[in-house]
Amino acid sequence: MNNKQQIINLEGITFRYPGARENVIDNLDLKFFSGSRIGLIAPNGSGKTTLFHIIMGLLKPDAGRIEIFGQPVSREKDFEKVRRRIGLLFQDADDQLFSPTVLEDVAFGPLNLGKSKEEAIDISRKTLAFLGLSDFEERITFKLSGGEKRLVSLATVLSMEPEVLLLDEPTTGLDNHTREKLIEALNSLDLAYIVISHEYDFVNAVAPEIYKMENGQIFHDEELQIHIHEHVHRYGREPHKHG
Amino acid sequence: MIEEPFAVGNTYIYTLDPRVRIVFAVVFSFVTALSNRFPVLIAALFISILLVSTGRLKVRDVLKRLFVVFWFLLLIWAILPLTFEGEPLYQAGPITFTRPGVIMAAQISIKSTAILLVFMALIATMTVVTLGHSLNRLYVPDKLVHLMLMTYRYIFVIEQEYRRLFTAIKIRGFRSKTNMHSYKTYAYLIGMLFVRASTRAERVHQAMLCRGFRGRFYTLDIFKSTGRNQTFVLVMTIIIVCLIIGEYNLL
Repeated sequence: MNNKQQIINLEGITFRYPGARENVIDNLDLKFFSGSRIGLIAPNGSGKTTLFHIIMGLLKPDAGRIEIFGQPVSREKDFEKVRRRIGLLFQDADDQLFSPTVLEDVAFGPLNLGKSKEEAIDISRKTLAFLGLSDFEERITFKLSGGEKRLVSLATVLSMEPEVLLLDEPTTGLDNHTREKLIEALNSLDLAYIVISHEYDFVNAVAPEIYKMENGQIFHDEELQIHIHEHVHRYGREPHKHG
Repeated sequence: MIEEPFAVGNTYIYTLDPRVRIVFAVVFSFVTALSNRFPVLIAALFISILLVSTGRLKVRDVLKRLFVVFWFLLLIWAILPLTFEGEPLYQAGPITFTRPGVIMAAQISIKSTAILLVFMALIATMTVVTLGHSLNRLYVPDKLVHLMLMTYRYIFVIEQEYRRLFTAIKIRGFRSKTNMHSYKTYAYLIGMLFVRASTRAERVHQAMLCRGFRGRFYTLDIFKSTGRNQTFVLVMTIIIVCLIIGEYNLL
C-alpha cells in the first residue's frame, strides 16, 4: 500500500444535519489509495450519501480534516479542483441527467472542463460506445427507462475522465440485465472507486475490499463467517438462485 | 402533459432548417395579425391551410388543437357584436348586433386560426429540444433558452411526483368534494409538490457542480442543412411581400 498514492484521507469527520439529534457521520476516518476499489455496505440512513457529499464538498463537515490528492481541502475553490478528478454517480439518475439529449448531457462535463465542442462530442461518443450505448446519442433523457438512465448517468460521469469514481447505490431500481451490464462495466474500468450499496452480492461482484458503515463510522470485517441458509418455499425442488 | 404529436415526420416541412421555419412563422404571424383587409386575411388563412397540408399532419390532431381556440372565439362572437358601437346589422328586440362588431369578430377568428395553423405547420413539427437550440442559434439569450429546456426536462419529473402523491391520496380513499377536508388535501398536495421540486432543484444543482458547472451552458448544435431551404425562403418571402402589398395597397 505504501507505494500507492493517497487519494482521499478523511480524519475525524463529523456531520450533523441541522435539527437532527444525532451525528449522521461521527468521527469517521477513511483512507483511500489510488488503484483500490472498495465497497461500503451500508443500511439506509447510515449517512452514506452524506459521506460522498462531504468528499465532493457539497456539504461542509462540522469537524474533521479532509485531504484529497495530498492537499487539504476546505473552501469551495479547492473542491472545484476535486470535482474535476473525482466523479460522483448520484443515487437518482433524474438528478444527474438534465440536458434534453443524451449526447448533450454526456458532453456537459467535458465542456465545463474547457474542451472544445468537437473534443467533447468525440469523448462523449467514445464513452457511450464503451457502455454499449452508441445508438442513444439523440435520445431524449427523460424518455429513457430506469436502467438506461443509470447507464447514461454513468457515462456523464465517465466522460469527465475522472481518476476516482464514487457510486451511490448504483443498483437501485435496476433490472437484472442492466445490473450485469453495470458490473461488467465497472470491472473493465481502469479506475479506482468506492461503491456504496446495501446489496452484498453487488458489492462483492465489483469490489475486492468490503467495509461496513454503521453509526456514522466505517468498519472492516475481515473474518469469514460460515453460515448456512435453510429456507422453504414452493417449487423449492426446481434449481434456483436467490438474488 | 406536453405531447408532441407533430414533432416527427418525413414530409417536406421536416427537411427545412428549423431556424428558417421559426423566422417565417414569426414574420407571417406579425403580418397576419397587423392586417385588416379581408382578401389579405383570407389569403393568409389559405396559405396556412396549404402549409399544414404540405406537412400532412393528422387532420384529427389539427382540429383537436384548433378546438382550444374555438372556445375563445365563441366568447368573442358572443360579446363583440353586442358591445361594439356602430351601425346596427340586425335587431332582435332589445339586442342589437352591430356591423363593426361582427367584422371585428370575423377578423379575429380568421387571424387566430391562420396564425395557429402556421405555428402547427412550422413550429410544432419540431421537438421542443430542436426549438430551444434553434432559438439559441437565432440569438435568443442562453439563459432564456436553458430556462425553457430545463422546464421542459423537469416538468415530466414533477408530473410523475404529482401522480405518485395523488395515487397515495387516492388509495387511502380520498374523494374530491366541496369541503374543507378536500381543499386542505389539495393544499398539502401542492405544497408537497413545491417542496419536492425545490429539493430536486437543489440535487440537480449539486450534480451539476460535481460535473464542473460554473454558470455557463453550452449548446451542441447538431443541424443538418439541406438545399431545399432556399426555395422555401424565396416562396415565403414572395408570399409575405404580396400580403403586405395587398394590405397597404402599395401597387
